[in-house]
Amino acid sequence: MQKKLEDFIIGETGQILKVEGEGRIRRRLFDMGVTPGAMVTMKKKAPLGDPIEVTIRGYELSLRKDEANLVLMEVEK
Amino acid sequence: MKTAALLGNPNCGKTTLFNALTGSTAHVGNWPGVTVDKKTGTYKKLKEEIEIVDLPGIYSLSPYTPEEVISRNFILDENPDVVINIIDATNLERNLYLTTQLLEINVPVVIALNMTDIIKKNGDKIDAKILEQKLGVPVVEISALRGDGIDELMRITLEESYRTREGKTLFEDKQLLHLITDVKIAFEGKGVNNPLFHSVKLVENDEIEVKDHSDLLTIVSKYKEIINDEIFGDDFEALIADARYKYIEKEFGNVVSVSAKSSNGETKSSRIDKVLTHRIWGLPIFIAIMFLIFHFTFSEDLFFMGKMGLSIENEGWVNFFTGMGYEGEALEGIPSIGVFLQSWMGWLTGQFIAGFQWICSGFQEFGDVAANAASSTWYGSLICDGVLTGLDAVCSFIPQIMLLFLFIAIMEDTGYMARIAFILDRAFRKFGLSGKAFIPMLTGFGCSVPAIMATRTIENDVEKNRTIRLMTCFSCGAKAPIWALLAAVAVACGFGYADIFVFSIYIGGIALAVILAILMRVFSKDKYVSPFIMELPQYHLPQPKNVGAHLWEKLKHYVYKAATILTASLIVIWFLNTFGFENGSFCMVEEIEHSLIGYIGMGLKYLFYPCGWAINSDGWKFAAASVTGLVAKEDVVGTMAILFNGGAEDTLAESITSLSAAGIYSFAIFNLLTFPCMAAIATAKSEQTKKEFLKTLGFWFGVSYGMSSLVYWVGTLYEVSIVGGILVTLAIIGLVVFASFLVMKKDKFTFKTKSSS
Repeated sequence: MQKKLEDFIIGETGQILKVEGEGRIRRRLFDMGVTPGAMVTMKKKAPLGDPIEVTIRGYELSLRKDEANLVLMEVEK
Repeated sequence: MKTAALLGNPNCGKTTLFNALTGSTAHVGNWPGVTVDKKTGTYKKLKEEIEIVDLPGIYSLSPYTPEEVISRNFILDENPDVVINIIDATNLERNLYLTTQLLEINVPVVIALNMTDIIKKNGDKIDAKILEQKLGVPVVEISALRGDGIDELMRITLEESYRTREGKTLFEDKQLLHLITDVKIAFEGKGVNNPLFHSVKLVENDEIEVKDHSDLLTIVSKYKEIINDEIFGDDFEALIADARYKYIEKEFGNVVSVSAKSSNGETKSSRIDKVLTHRIWGLPIFIAIMFLIFHFTFSEDLFFMGKMGLSIENEGWVNFFTGMGYEGEALEGIPSIGVFLQSWMGWLTGQFIAGFQWICSGFQEFGDVAANAASSTWYGSLICDGVLTGLDAVCSFIPQIMLLFLFIAIMEDTGYMARIAFILDRAFRKFGLSGKAFIPMLTGFGCSVPAIMATRTIENDVEKNRTIRLMTCFSCGAKAPIWALLAAVAVACGFGYADIFVFSIYIGGIALAVILAILMRVFSKDKYVSPFIMELPQYHLPQPKNVGAHLWEKLKHYVYKAATILTASLIVIWFLNTFGFENGSFCMVEEIEHSLIGYIGMGLKYLFYPCGWAINSDGWKFAAASVTGLVAKEDVVGTMAILFNGGAEDTLAESITSLSAAGIYSFAIFNLLTFPCMAAIATAKSEQTKKEFLKTLGFWFGVSYGMSSLVYWVGTLYEVSIVGGILVTLAIIGLVVFASFLVMKKDKFTFKTKSSS
C-alpha cells in the first residue's frame, strides 16, 4: 500500500518510493538520507502534533508534516 | 606549519576534537549547529606544528546557509594541506555521504572514526580495516571525548599532509561517468581547480555551480536526453544522491556488526524521549523543568516551608545555610542553593570592601567609622563607593548566574535543547518562525552576541531579521543580576516570591516573543517559513569536562568583563555621581541630585514617565541605570548600587523602596526588551543591512517602551481594582488571540489559492 509519510501512524514502517518537491527542501531531504529505497519508521509526533520524528538510516530525524508530505512511501506489512 | 581542517556532520564531535587537540575551551553542545564560524588553534606535540581549523558542521558540500558556505569555501579555496573528516561511527551511513563528496576533491583526507567507544559499549563491532581499504584513505579510531587515539590521528595527519591526493569518484554507471568526465574535461579546460568535484556538483544541479558555470550546462542537458533512468528519469539530483547512498549501503553495510543486544528493543534515547517529548506530558515537563531551574537558583524557600506556615528558629546551622550576612530573625524557609551561595558571596565581597575602607581610612576603627572616613577622601570614595560598591553588586550574583549556566549547559550537553526545538516548533511556526530560529534564541539565554551570530543558520532573510529583533526577549546572562536584584527588592517590599518573579520574566519573555512574532507576521508580506529538517541527537549523560569547560569560559568572561569594561564604566558613573554643580560652581556635591548623573537622570526621567518606574522621586536613578545598561547589562545593577548606596545597615535590595509591584515589573520588562549591550548591537549591525538594522533599533526601543508602559498601567489597575485588571488583561489576551486567528485564517487562504492554482 502506498501513502505519504505524513499519513503514517506511529510505529509504522515503510520504504521510500519517491521524494517530491523541489529546490532546497528536496535537496536537504536527500542530504539527510531521505532517498528512494531507504527504510523509515514513524516514531512519534511532537506534543502539538507537528513536527514528526522518524528513524532513518539508524538515526532520529525530525521533520514537519509539510516536508513529510513530499515523501511517498510503500508501507511494509 | 601545516594546516588541517576538521570537517564532518553537525554534532559529530568536531569541536570536542578541536578542544582536545588545541587545549581550547570552545563551546560544545549536544545539538546540531553549535559552531557557526571557523575557529583556529595549534597542535604542538609533533615535530612540525599543525594549525587546526574547526569548521561548522555540514551534511553535504552543497550548502544552504551562510555558515555552511564557510565550510565549503574553506576546503575549496583556502587549500588546507589535509582534511580530517570526522565520522560518527554510530551514524555511519549518513556521515559517509559527506565523505563520498569530500573524496572528489584533490586534497589528502584522514578519516577520524569517532565515538568508537560507544559502539563497543553497545556490544557492537566496527571494522575500520574495511573502511580504510574501500575508501583508500587512512582511517583512525578515536574517542574525541576521552582523548583516545588522537595522537595517532595527528601523527598520520602530518604524514598525509606531505602527500597529494587526486580526487576520485565512486560512480560506476557508465553513462553517468561519461557525463561527469566530459564536464570535468571542460572544467580542466577553464583552468578550474578540483575539476572532478565541480563537475559532479554541476551535474547535480548545485545552486552555486549552476550560477558560476552556467556555460557548461549545455553539456549536462545534452546527456539528459540520453540518460533516462528507470526510477529517476533525467532527475540527476536524485540520481546522484541515490547513487551515493546505494554505494555506501553496498560497500559499508557490514562495517558495523550489530549485536543482538542493541538491535532488539529500543535505544536508551527513545526510552527517555518517550517521557520527555510525550504527546501530552512533553510541554508540562518542559515548563516544570524550567521552573525547577529557577526555583533552585533563585528561591528563598526551597522546600515551600514558608508557604506551609513553618518557620525555623535562628540557630547555628541556619546561619550557615543563609550565609554570614543573616541578621537573626526566624526564617521563612530554607534558601535554594543559588541564594545560599549568593549570601556567602555577598558576605565575602562585603568583607573585602570593608577591608579596603579600613585601608583607605588610614586604619581607623574597622566598620562604620572606617567606611565614613574612606568616603570623605576622593580616592577612598572612588575606590569604595564607586568601583567596589558597583563590582560588589555585580559579582555577588556570580554564583547564581553560574548555577543558571550550569543548568543550561546540562540541558545542552544531554541533548534536551534539540528536543525543546522539536516540542515548540509548531507553536513558533504558526507565528512565522521555525523551530530552527528557536536555537539561536536558546543561545540568547546565555549571551546575545553568539545568539545573533547563530541566526546565520536561518536560510531566509526575513525570518533572520525577525529572529534578531526578538533576541532581547530571551534574557541573557548579563541581565540575570538585574532580575536577581529586582527579585530581592520584590521580596524585601513583601510583593512576592523571588523564584516566581524570575521564572515569569523568562517565560514571559518567550510568550512575548511569540506575540511579537505574530504581530510582525501580520504586518509583513513575506509568509515564508524555512523548513525544519533536523537531526535529533542521542541523549547522553552530561560530560563534566564539557560542562566544566563551558562554565569556566563563562566565569573567565565574567571576571574579565568586570575587570575591564565594568570597572571603567563604574569609574565614569562614580565621577558623574560625585561631581556636579552646587552653589554655582563645579565641585564634589553634597546632594546627589546636584551631581552630573543627577542632571542627566532628571532630564531622562520625563522621557520614561509613561513607563511608571520613573515617576517617583528616585525615578531618575532608574533612568540613569537603564542608560548605563547600554554599555553592559551588569552596569544597571552597578549603577543602582552606587546611586542607592544605603550604607551598611541595609542591603542594596532593602534600600530600593520607591517602586510599586507594577513598577518593579515594568522596570524589569523595560530592561529585558530595550537595546541590548553595545557588543550585541554591533553584532546585529554586522549581520543586517543598514536599513534593517535601523528598523531593529527602532523595534527594540519601541517595544520596550510600549510594553513597559502597558505592564505598568495594567499592573497599577490591579492594585486599584482586581476586577478591572482582570478585565483589561482578558481584553488584551482577546486581541492577541484575534490577531493570531487572523494570521491562521490568512495562511489557510494563501494555502488554498496556492493549491488551486
